[in-house]
Amino acid sequence: MLLFDILLPGLVLGGMYALIALGLTLQYGVARIMNLSYGESLVAAAFGTLSLYSGLKLSPLLALVLAIPAAALLNWLLYRLLLQRLIRRSKDRGAQEVDSILVTFGVLFVIQGVMLVAFGGQYYSYSYLSIPVTVLGSTLAVNRLVALAFAALIGTAVYLALTRTRLGTAVRAVAVDPNAAQLVGIDVGQLAGLAFAFGGGLVAAGGVLVSMFLTFNASMGVVFTMKALVVVIMGGVGNVMGALVAGLLLGVVETAVARLVDPGLTLAATFALFLAVLLIRPTGLFGKAAS
Amino acid sequence: MTSTNRRQLLRIAGAAAIAAGFGATAAQAETDKIRIGYAISKTGPYAGGAGITTLPNYQLWVKDVNAAGGIKLGDKKLPVEIVEYDDRSSSEEAVKAIERLANQDKVDFILSPWGTGLNLAVGPTLNKLGYPHLAVTSVTDKAPELAKRWANATFWLGTSAQISNGLAELLGKLKSEGKIGGTVAMVSVADQFGIELAAAGREAFKKAGLTVAYDKTYPMGSQDLQPLLKDAIAANADAFIAFSYPPDTIGLTEQAQLLKYNPKVFYVGVGTAFPLFKGKFAANSDGVMGIGGWNADSPPLKDYLARHKAATGQEPDRWASSITYASLQVLQQAIEKVGKVDRAAVAKEIREGSFDTIIGKVKLKDGLLQEVWSVGQWQNGEFYALAPASLPGARAAVVPKPEWK
Repeated sequence: MLLFDILLPGLVLGGMYALIALGLTLQYGVARIMNLSYGESLVAAAFGTLSLYSGLKLSPLLALVLAIPAAALLNWLLYRLLLQRLIRRSKDRGAQEVDSILVTFGVLFVIQGVMLVAFGGQYYSYSYLSIPVTVLGSTLAVNRLVALAFAALIGTAVYLALTRTRLGTAVRAVAVDPNAAQLVGIDVGQLAGLAFAFGGGLVAAGGVLVSMFLTFNASMGVVFTMKALVVVIMGGVGNVMGALVAGLLLGVVETAVARLVDPGLTLAATFALFLAVLLIRPTGLFGKAAS
Repeated sequence: MTSTNRRQLLRIAGAAAIAAGFGATAAQAETDKIRIGYAISKTGPYAGGAGITTLPNYQLWVKDVNAAGGIKLGDKKLPVEIVEYDDRSSSEEAVKAIERLANQDKVDFILSPWGTGLNLAVGPTLNKLGYPHLAVTSVTDKAPELAKRWANATFWLGTSAQISNGLAELLGKLKSEGKIGGTVAMVSVADQFGIELAAAGREAFKKAGLTVAYDKTYPMGSQDLQPLLKDAIAANADAFIAFSYPPDTIGLTEQAQLLKYNPKVFYVGVGTAFPLFKGKFAANSDGVMGIGGWNADSPPLKDYLARHKAATGQEPDRWASSITYASLQVLQQAIEKVGKVDRAAVAKEIREGSFDTIIGKVKLKDGLLQEVWSVGQWQNGEFYALAPASLPGARAAVVPKPEWK
């Protein structure tokens, strides 16, 4: 049936978009770091998985278990050693954003440079869980389904954690107003660092899962940064549920346009949708009105 | 703001490179070496192609030439010295780097960047500066016209029409033999490469008596090509043709396996000839057709494959790699025949002379290499050339393609 044949592959594609955007929405929305090296971190995780898989025959799903804490730790160190100083120094949010963009732009080149030295510029690709399953008459790949499931699971879990727990409430308080949060006894630096680190862990998860079905090379990071940025801004900066919904929406729209109109117009459809959301709700689908 | 920052970084990198260049220029006065420069995409979207096809061959060639003592000028042999820049996959940077190589580094010869776009971008500059331009990795229908306009330029991969004609000729022959029916499903990437090949393909398929039942383009960088494949399957054609780029080539092949799509002919674009393709799909690569191919049984190419692996740690691609290496052999032999660093004379010699290379005797016609493989097929782990059938070493096609395992 054509409806399912559009909806299911669309959701699977959208799940991948959501997956690569989840980390950024935490890093940008809560920790307030516009991380330009985001895509490079994702590709680095993909390379890490590839090395573990081809070198040690370690399953990418096991790599996932290793990658998330490792990346979270690295990101926490990055935040503590590099970014926190900037945040203390900057007078307002604007200055902080400019500073963080400049620093992470540098980090981008460092990560990319290391990957180029280690792996060169060639394309890499391997096969894992590339098994067809038929759902409601539509054939899907297991590896892409895993990415969708993970995005939905993490998205919902993080959403619940943010809205239902004390820690989550504190994190949201930091996202809304760091100065006022300090007044009620929240350790802003600590929490922002935590959000940044956790966001970093999610980026790594995205990289590991995406590497199972996409062909990548050391220069591809920017593609992921751009897509993640579109999803994050569409969903509302800092809103995890927004990123999930926006990602899925993009996937379904792209697939519908490819099947019903013309595959050549998928990119145009993405940006038309993005533009429409920005015109109607400038703060994103789930964004609050600007304070 | 980001772009200024990038530029600043580049300026610093450039300054460092120029400083390094000056040291070498001073030594050049006694012409004890031949200085060759190039700008290549080490970063950016073209790095993937350049890192497989072009850069390893530049490195291998320099290693081979210097191991043999260098390039023979008159009665002495001069080693080759390299000046390298990263063009960051940008036409603007590529042109700037070429000007820097010519005006500041004052190199003796300049090798070409990777890809049709960058070669066309640096063409006018190399022409103005009078350097021979070996535009190996460029496929364009404008090649004959450009070769006429730029006396210094030569083109080595044929034209889009040549590639599509080769494919149409092969499919037409298969149809007349009754091995396939007369319908074709075609998808192509929406940039110059895909558009030119698809346009030439439409005409060539029609001439060969084939009907194009499905014909769509997709934007570059699409991350899911399943919708295209599903509609192509619905078109029920005997031959599936994709004029695609490497990530899409891999993606289409993987998705076709998932969907159990087994057309009698499965042809995908750039990347099919890459060692990565064989590495990823292993036995499933068997029977897949794609752009390029080579005469894998030829001893010089076997020897080249072994040397390439030893020197760079990776296998060459089976399309433009060996031609890139051959073009450098031609450059060397042309310099040796002229006997001095006379760029106009060398450019003329490249066009008019005949040379012994790993791909056999090379004699360009009107600045174009004529003997170019357009279709190859993976057969038992090697990407053999199938078409044009008139070239020596062409193999017979295995049709229908074995089903995906």
